[in-house]
Amino acid sequence: MDFGRTMKYQREAEPDWPHQLKQLPGCERLFSCIQCGKCSGTCPLSIYMDYTPRRIINLVREGFRNEALSSKTIWLCASCYACAVHCPQDIHITDVMYMLKREAIQHQMYPKRFPIPVLAREFYDLVRKRGRSSEFWLVLRLAMKSNPLILLGMVRTGFWLIRTGRLSLRSERIRGVHQLRRELATPKEAQ
Amino acid sequence: MARIGIYVCHCGHNIAGTIDVKGVANYAASLPGVAVARDYKYMCSDPGQDLIKNDIRDHQLDRIIVAACSPSLHEATFRNATAQGGLNAYYFQMVNVREHDAWVHSDKAAATEKAKDLVRAAVYRVKLHKPLERRRVPIRPEVLVVGGGIAGIHASLSLAAAGKQVYLVEREPTIGGHMAQFDKTFPTLDCAACILTPKMTAVRANPNITLWTLSEVVKVEGFVGSYQVTVRHKPRYIIDDLCVGCLECVEACVFKEPRFSDEFNVGLGKRKPVYMPFPQAVPQLVLIDPETCIEFKTGKCKKTCVEACAERNAIDFTQKERLETIEVGSIILSTGFEVFDPHRIPYYGYGVYPNVYTALEVERLVNAAGPTGGEVVLRDGRKPKRVGIVHCVGSRDEHTNRYCSRVCCMYSLKLAHLVKEHTDAEIFNCYIDMRTPGKTFEEFYNRVGEEGVNFVRGKVADVYPDGDGSLVMQVEDTLLGIVRKIPVDMVVLAVGLEAHRDADAVRRMFNITCASEGFFVERHPKLAPVNTFTDGIFLAGCCQGPKDIPDTVAQAGAAAMEAAALIDKGYVELEPMTASVNEEECSGCKTCIPMCPYSAISQKADVKKAFINEVLCKGCGTCVAACPSGSIKQNLFEDEEIFEEIEGVLAYA
Amino acid sequence: MARDYLYFPGCSLKATGVAYEESMQELFRILEMPLRELEDWNCCGATSYMAIDEESAFQLSARNLSLARQNGNSDLMAPCAACYLVLRKTQDYVKKYPRVHRHVAASLESAGLPMMDGVKVRHPLEVLYNDVGLEKLESKVVRRWRGGPVACYYGCQAVRPFTEVDRAHNPIRMDEIMKAVGVPTVDYSLKTKCCGGALTGTIHDVGVRLNYLLLKEAARKGANAIVTLCPLCQFNLDAYQVEIQKESGESFDTPILYFTQVLGWAFGADPRKLGFKRGIAGRKLLKQWFAEHAEVEQYV
Repeated sequence: MDFGRTMKYQREAEPDWPHQLKQLPGCERLFSCIQCGKCSGTCPLSIYMDYTPRRIINLVREGFRNEALSSKTIWLCASCYACAVHCPQDIHITDVMYMLKREAIQHQMYPKRFPIPVLAREFYDLVRKRGRSSEFWLVLRLAMKSNPLILLGMVRTGFWLIRTGRLSLRSERIRGVHQLRRELATPKEAQ
Repeated sequence: MARIGIYVCHCGHNIAGTIDVKGVANYAASLPGVAVARDYKYMCSDPGQDLIKNDIRDHQLDRIIVAACSPSLHEATFRNATAQGGLNAYYFQMVNVREHDAWVHSDKAAATEKAKDLVRAAVYRVKLHKPLERRRVPIRPEVLVVGGGIAGIHASLSLAAAGKQVYLVEREPTIGGHMAQFDKTFPTLDCAACILTPKMTAVRANPNITLWTLSEVVKVEGFVGSYQVTVRHKPRYIIDDLCVGCLECVEACVFKEPRFSDEFNVGLGKRKPVYMPFPQAVPQLVLIDPETCIEFKTGKCKKTCVEACAERNAIDFTQKERLETIEVGSIILSTGFEVFDPHRIPYYGYGVYPNVYTALEVERLVNAAGPTGGEVVLRDGRKPKRVGIVHCVGSRDEHTNRYCSRVCCMYSLKLAHLVKEHTDAEIFNCYIDMRTPGKTFEEFYNRVGEEGVNFVRGKVADVYPDGDGSLVMQVEDTLLGIVRKIPVDMVVLAVGLEAHRDADAVRRMFNITCASEGFFVERHPKLAPVNTFTDGIFLAGCCQGPKDIPDTVAQAGAAAMEAAALIDKGYVELEPMTASVNEEECSGCKTCIPMCPYSAISQKADVKKAFINEVLCKGCGTCVAACPSGSIKQNLFEDEEIFEEIEGVLAYA
Repeated sequence: MARDYLYFPGCSLKATGVAYEESMQELFRILEMPLRELEDWNCCGATSYMAIDEESAFQLSARNLSLARQNGNSDLMAPCAACYLVLRKTQDYVKKYPRVHRHVAASLESAGLPMMDGVKVRHPLEVLYNDVGLEKLESKVVRRWRGGPVACYYGCQAVRPFTEVDRAHNPIRMDEIMKAVGVPTVDYSLKTKCCGGALTGTIHDVGVRLNYLLLKEAARKGANAIVTLCPLCQFNLDAYQVEIQKESGESFDTPILYFTQVLGWAFGADPRKLGFKRGIAGRKLLKQWFAEHAEVEQYV
């Protein structure tokens, strides 16, 4: 048995952090949370999470950045927005989760080869380069960069997808890819 | 040349924190006509008011300006001080540098400049003020109470005990309101009927109270002291004086079995077309519902009820609705609340799953006089073994109502206790925060906990049927941080309290205000909690906001006291800001007459000129602006006064 | 008076969701509502972009909206729930946040594209419900459905904030449309619960588990098939049934259809053009149903 202590010292908190987050689109009402737990109750994935969405909101609000960013919760969030439509305080919890994912990716606060941020990254690059995503190439690259063994498990599905004509090996590229790149290159305003 | 005294109030930090009050006073001293300019910490205090009085005497002032808070708070205070100093009270002008300036700005220099502008405007206009006199009007001694729930009942009885004449008007066929539907009352668990029905019969028996049920106020005219109120009496199809409440007609009705949804039992029970709302109804009169009565639908009923009534002859199918106008001096509104309709939250399954109930329905189930004789049974007759109570249904939610309904935690605890007592079921109260702040409420919470009721801190996210016919409440137990699925046989929704859906029409009729939630607004949340912004109209009970029975009764008593005090004083003083017509210039075009919201304008038949009844005029200024020939003027808002004020505010130093 | 509908297929409709595109085209052809694909559209950004860079996600959608604007079309139909939500969310945030608005406007300008005002993003389910109407849909029916009751599964993103497909809690429009064309539906209490989206590709076990629950509940309610409106939902429910069967020991072979396939069938379309052969699960069942319908049954 592990008898590690769970106490949190106030010095571990970053009290300014949630106030910065509050400025981001969708995160305005962060401090209105009444901790009712309806988000967790309606979330189809909360039962797999280390912190329920409600607890994530409170970790953020109290400035426990490290715990929030290294939680499994933010990666399990499938962006289904159930919490957002249920929240009695109209907190856009999905947007808060996105914000945490962005920050965690930025600071590499996830296990190496953890597939979700890898997928996000690969998807991001593919679309940037070609303007469209290709499910086949995406899965291939995800496997290469996370765990190639997962391809083994996909053989059956892949077989069926090819057989039913649903797997396109062609990676499409849009004509206006340069136009798109110019658009994406437009710098953001400084906050 | 005028001799003006100017007083700039610090209001502690409220004004002085943002505005350089000394700078404003110094600036004011430099304006032409200003004899004295001072700043002071609290002008509304006695020493502050004494400053004004002494300066009038010592400096022969003839006009007074106070730059402080909103006129709605202290204009009367300073007018009185001005009068006590020996000047006409209307030689006074107030400048609002708190709500209009200090509280809404953060730039101190700019706020100070704005204060100077506002003070200068007052200096320009106050020179033109004319002496005015208040008028006194007598107060009629009758009081109208609208709504016969516990608030209206208590207010009526209090007034009647003080010897005042009361008209109690109730829309439903009986008084008693929601309280009559409750089984027991928290936290003492006294039986609601046992404590309410004596008061209901006392209303009926009191000669000072005229009780009108099935009646609605449809029009209100007049002003404090003299309101003309039109009441619509809906037909009961029973002659009040002849019916003895024997119920023989109900027994004899051609419908052998009750088959229509019973309003008093919120649809859980059945009644006949002719019925007594409930056994202790007051008045003890039956009524006929024309929507379900065969005679009204076909005209071909055997009318066994008439036969049964025999020589008493109390049934009258020809009754028509009629209007009646009464005169009262003041009005108490105690129109109550509506329970939240949980159909609006589809994921709790109300109306879809038969075993999802509202709390009010469960009140009727546990009541011995209810549709099941006090047996808590499901719609299929089974006794529930596990019961879930969902708190905050329609409360504390941006999608429904943002406010806390105040009573649901306590009534949920009460229902937990009662249902457990009746069924020995396992009870799960799912709450967000347990709010038990009243006297002995926390003790009650502890008691219910000790009885073994389960408390799960979390708002229920979903109610859905399980395979075996029971329901599952899905909720995060926020104290454990774990999502739980709790199977229950019965779900009780602790529905919140809402303003009546016609509250807005009612507030228009009585010329008072509603907050965004629809509840009537009191004049001051702390210091005038039963008054409204309309003189002579008072509030009691849940029409002003959700509250429990003790608070409702206390408020009803306070409203009754306010009305009685008004009557005993005998008169009320009216402000002189009324409009008047210059007959020389009036062309008799009648433009102003339909514009007046208070019906204060008429045309003099002989000279064909407009005439404004000063007592009815509220000084809103609509007619002044509407008059094409500019022949209407309003005291304190004469054209010259307003133009000078504009000149003043625009005259940059 | 045929009005043409501009549509944004999104990446899935060109790959795993190809049956959705095929059946939608056939359905709209029968309804005499010509479809036109948005030219040179780019990926909507889906959920992954939001997780890396929200501003780029808005830029991606902005280009598509701007292209639609250039096309002079006020409506842009997005059949994929993720595309639909992302496009609408972009519009919402551009409207609500001046900073997002300025950035999107500057980005479009440097790409030489016009600002994207006034485009209405729509979903085919809602187009059928509002523009065609239940009555007209009912009047088009020429084949009787023999597949028995179905579960209408709305999934998540089509009925969430920013959207107008149906109400968020207990949506019913797909059920109403199905009933109108003679397809019985079951009361499916999980109709708005998430299928896990991309989780089946990343945290596979958890993603598959969600789909197990959805399949199990549909079966428990007596549904013979699940009808979807999103290519990702269709894929997740369709592709992992054998695996779910192995893990759970319960047998599943449930056809997972698009609502456009069911409608196309009811309106007498050639089944080959509706992409039925592209489903993985429930192929046996489908063959059975269609065998009975070798001869198209006409209502007199």
